[in-house]
Amino acid sequence: MKSKTIRRWSFVHTWTSLICTVFLLLLALTGLPLIFHHEIEHLLGDAPQVREMPADTPHLNLAQLVQAAEAHRPGEVVQYFGFEDDEPNTVLTIMAKTAGTEPNASHTFMLDARTGEALETPSANGGLMLFILRLHVDMFAGLPGKLLLAFMGVLFVVAIVSGTVLYLPFMRRLDFGSVRRDKSTRLRWLDLHNLIGIVTLTWALVVGVTGVISACADLIIAAWRNDSLNTMIAPYRDAPPLTHLAPATRLLDIAGEVAPGMKPDFIAFPGTRFSSEHHYSVFMKGGTHLTSHLLTPVLIDASNLQVTAVAERPWYMDAMGMSQPLHFGDYGGMPMKILWATLDVLTIIVLASGVYLWVVRRRAARPVLEPAQASA
Amino acid sequence: MKPRQSNFWKVFSTPLVIALLSAAGLFAALLGDGIWDGLSWIGLGVPAILGLKGLLQRS
Repeated sequence: MKSKTIRRWSFVHTWTSLICTVFLLLLALTGLPLIFHHEIEHLLGDAPQVREMPADTPHLNLAQLVQAAEAHRPGEVVQYFGFEDDEPNTVLTIMAKTAGTEPNASHTFMLDARTGEALETPSANGGLMLFILRLHVDMFAGLPGKLLLAFMGVLFVVAIVSGTVLYLPFMRRLDFGSVRRDKSTRLRWLDLHNLIGIVTLTWALVVGVTGVISACADLIIAAWRNDSLNTMIAPYRDAPPLTHLAPATRLLDIAGEVAPGMKPDFIAFPGTRFSSEHHYSVFMKGGTHLTSHLLTPVLIDASNLQVTAVAERPWYMDAMGMSQPLHFGDYGGMPMKILWATLDVLTIIVLASGVYLWVVRRRAARPVLEPAQASA
Repeated sequence: MKPRQSNFWKVFSTPLVIALLSAAGLFAALLGDGIWDGLSWIGLGVPAILGLKGLLQRS
């Protein structure tokens, strides 16, 4: 590599890293407790206690659950029902004043699917973990905050790529993994920066790219609404607003019939951003481990319960679906979470040592500059 | 100094193996539980341990 080429890559690496470092440190530090949010919520006593009942206790139907939800929060409407594999006897319920209310103003809780009893989930509506989550997702700045963080994620990816290119000239005369501890603190941290940077490369790239994709979720969902959803609901464009909804009782059966082999993930009620004004959208997930992250919406007319469409999944919705586990690290049990946290801490060390190396280099360069400036 | 092809592989062969192991680790747990989880712990364990080892080694 020519020294001019090295200088150019070095310039790219220095500045992309420096610009994104503060934000990446925020993301890495807030991300650390978020890896264990489930465990922390249990420790804080925020996780709802689901009543012990015989395993074969029958479930209420969805219309009864809607009634239970409305009785629990009078004056509000159900926006979403969510279904989780590890809590088969509960239904995650999101309600708000209107169906179109923005997510941060909604109220989340659980319904016991057998009794209709409401179980509050305080950590989903406020408190420390939600505060950390908001810092991580948008820094309390809404869409502009998300897009700023997405841009910082892109800079982070450029910094990783340029850092990998620079690894070659720096390591040409060194064996892999060598850390020169006897020369100077700067050399020791340079070697550590290179070593930790290169071993965490793949993980950091994947978490970075999937983070950028997740940060663009609002745009991806908007594109889906414009693209696929609008085509499917075109016949309803001039339909009068619904005055009452057909009961939700059989939604899961109806969706199951047209999407065989799939399982329900969530239901978006009419008027929410995952549905139309005239439809229930049942989002079905694939039946295998891999496809369980890919969602297929089934649109069901909310006045007569006829299936309007089983939507095709655009590639960008699949990309968003696959990004979630790969960003959260929640798909391989507790050992994976611990490894995720370790790699996160190692990334923090790479970021911090990068800043340190830049400061030391600048300080070293100054005495050379000063006489030149003095004579100018 | 002229870069020689052998330089590239001398420097990048080990990192490439680690990168492939990490990628396999990230992917494995998406495919299933049990053995697949175990494979992902190995794949992601390698970079985590190598990074920690460099950091904590004193001499």
